Amino acid sequence: MSVQTTDYTVSEIRSPASFITSRVFIYGALVFWAFICLFPIYWTITTSFKSAVDVTQGHLIPFVDFQPDWKGWRSLGLSPDSIFQTSTVRDEFLKRFMNSVITSVGASSLAIVIGSLAAYGLTRYRYKFAWFKNEDISFFFLSQLILPPVVLALPFLVLYREVGLLDTRVGLILLYTLMVLPIVIWIMRDQFNSIPVELEEAALVDGLSIWGAFFRIVMPIALPGMVAAFILAMVLCWNEYFFAALLTSTDAKTIPVMVASQTGSQGINWWSMAALATAAIAPLAVIGIALERYLIMGMTAGAVK
Amino acid sequence: MAEQTSTTNAWPANSAPLDLIPPGRKRLGWALMAAATFGLLAMILLQILYKTEVDTIGFETWRPVVYAYVLWGVAIGIGQVLTRGEDGQRALFLLPALLFTIAMVIFPTLFGFYIALTDWNLSSFSGRKFNGLDNFWQMLADPYYRNALFNMVLYVLAVLVEYVIAFGLALLLNAQIRARKFFRVVFLMPLMLSPVAVSWMIGKSLMEYRFGPAATLARHLGWQNPAFFSDPITARISVMILDAWTFIPFMMIMLLAGLQAMSREVLEAARVDGANAWQTFWQVTFPLMLPVSVTAVVLRIIFKLKLADIIITVTSGGPGGATDSVSSFIYREYRDRSNVGYGTMLAMAYLVIIVVFVTWLLKIANRFVRNVN
Repeated sequence: MSVQTTDYTVSEIRSPASFITSRVFIYGALVFWAFICLFPIYWTITTSFKSAVDVTQGHLIPFVDFQPDWKGWRSLGLSPDSIFQTSTVRDEFLKRFMNSVITSVGASSLAIVIGSLAAYGLTRYRYKFAWFKNEDISFFFLSQLILPPVVLALPFLVLYREVGLLDTRVGLILLYTLMVLPIVIWIMRDQFNSIPVELEEAALVDGLSIWGAFFRIVMPIALPGMVAAFILAMVLCWNEYFFAALLTSTDAKTIPVMVASQTGSQGINWWSMAALATAAIAPLAVIGIALERYLIMGMTAGAVK
Repeated sequence: MAEQTSTTNAWPANSAPLDLIPPGRKRLGWALMAAATFGLLAMILLQILYKTEVDTIGFETWRPVVYAYVLWGVAIGIGQVLTRGEDGQRALFLLPALLFTIAMVIFPTLFGFYIALTDWNLSSFSGRKFNGLDNFWQMLADPYYRNALFNMVLYVLAVLVEYVIAFGLALLLNAQIRARKFFRVVFLMPLMLSPVAVSWMIGKSLMEYRFGPAATLARHLGWQNPAFFSDPITARISVMILDAWTFIPFMMIMLLAGLQAMSREVLEAARVDGANAWQTFWQVTFPLMLPVSVTAVVLRIIFKLKLADIIITVTSGGPGGATDSVSSFIYREYRDRSNVGYGTMLAMAYLVIIVVFVTWLLKIANRFVRNVN
């Protein structure tokens, strides 16, 4: 650490005063933005422990302003005293939660499989389907990114009704796969481009087939990229609301739809709302902290040459 | 490596060039593909006949046709390998994604163009009937749709402000600071959170008129009447802020990667030449960052054009449709009025506008980057 400290003091030899001002400014700005990022999360979590009075009076700090209470979590059936009792709300919540898990994991996995294969093919071989060459095919895949969900939503509503996929998890998985496929292909193309072709050539000389070389040589090297693409796809699918709101009603409803439909006749129960919101964002918050490296890798793929 | 050369792993076609594939195998492949295609077409025909009540054999839903399509895809894949050997194996990498995307995009979009030309309300009993360009004329006269399009222009322009903030944050994170990883994780957090949960907890609770801390803060700062969503302009700005909060980290991370990839020598050289921090930024850092910046802004604009969930949950387009994005407007057109035909026409028009706009944007972006460098 001390080495680093001397490093920048040397490069910023001006006056100690201006150095200190710039330090104060930098850390001030950092703390300020950290506050902006964290306060809404703090507010959500603390509100789930508030009673009605504490919410309407805008109390902020637990134990000082207000006495925390398990109220919000009890209404979800997830507080310590109610967790072993039967609770219809909890069953409902768990069902929605499982729907979210299944659809996002399913869609991300499917997208990773077909997306990686396509990205590999596009980086390694020359294709020609009628008058479509590699560049055209790549563009076709990536151009799906600009397709707004609203364009597909209504036709899919009608088609899914005909096909019997309305309000099913499979239907959602297919749509989510389509949604994240361009991003997966984008990331994986970048990954495969960074792997030298000589590796596969050596494998082919050693007698492996094309697919053997892909599975035994290339895939292990590209695994970090696949993890990155998978996590980014997970995040997008987990948070998706538009398709889920239009195409599901009772069986396949996901967490965001459940969160959005929480208005009762007597206004909003802020404590249970906050508990639900906390539960909805918690999994991704954990993933974000634990796997931040992969997320950044996924987001910056292809951005910097 | 020795065990990998065992013959069990080697595909027979591997060593055989294209012309060495036995004609019998080729014929088998062609027959398989022909049979599969015939089967799929027969299936579709049968189902159409059944649905139009010409014959009585068929299925209740169209789902068997989906299965038939999947089987057809598998058969085509096998056929490719049988007839074209190694080339076929290569095509196999691309085929699943290609068949999937074509089925999921091309067909629904074409179908969408057809729906757009019908008068079809799911809640009325009359069913759908073709009405030509009526929806289109109705759309041109619809002030709410025009307003939604205008809002999209405003929302897209807000990206520039987001870009400035994101650039500032990236510079901060790239400075010599302690606890960089901590700040990076914290700054990334908003991107991970579900926009719906966020809009509830920020838009409806934190910015609540009576008790929300944001409103309390605004009162302390001298804004007497901090109603974030009641007049059109403030409501639009509030929506922009909510959306910016979630998506600034996205641009920030890309810009940060760009900053970290920049070579230290250039900056040192500028400093040796006597440039101060301000000059260094404008004459070295910013031009070098231009390609990354353009990528980040273009991607962000593409995401911005899909903006819907925040508006649907927080304002439902209000007050009086002032904050509507195109997506949220169409969403309500369907949810409140079940008007599939008209809604689809709006969506298709939006698609055309977006495609033209993004093509233009990419062209401009390309030229911009090339001119400066």
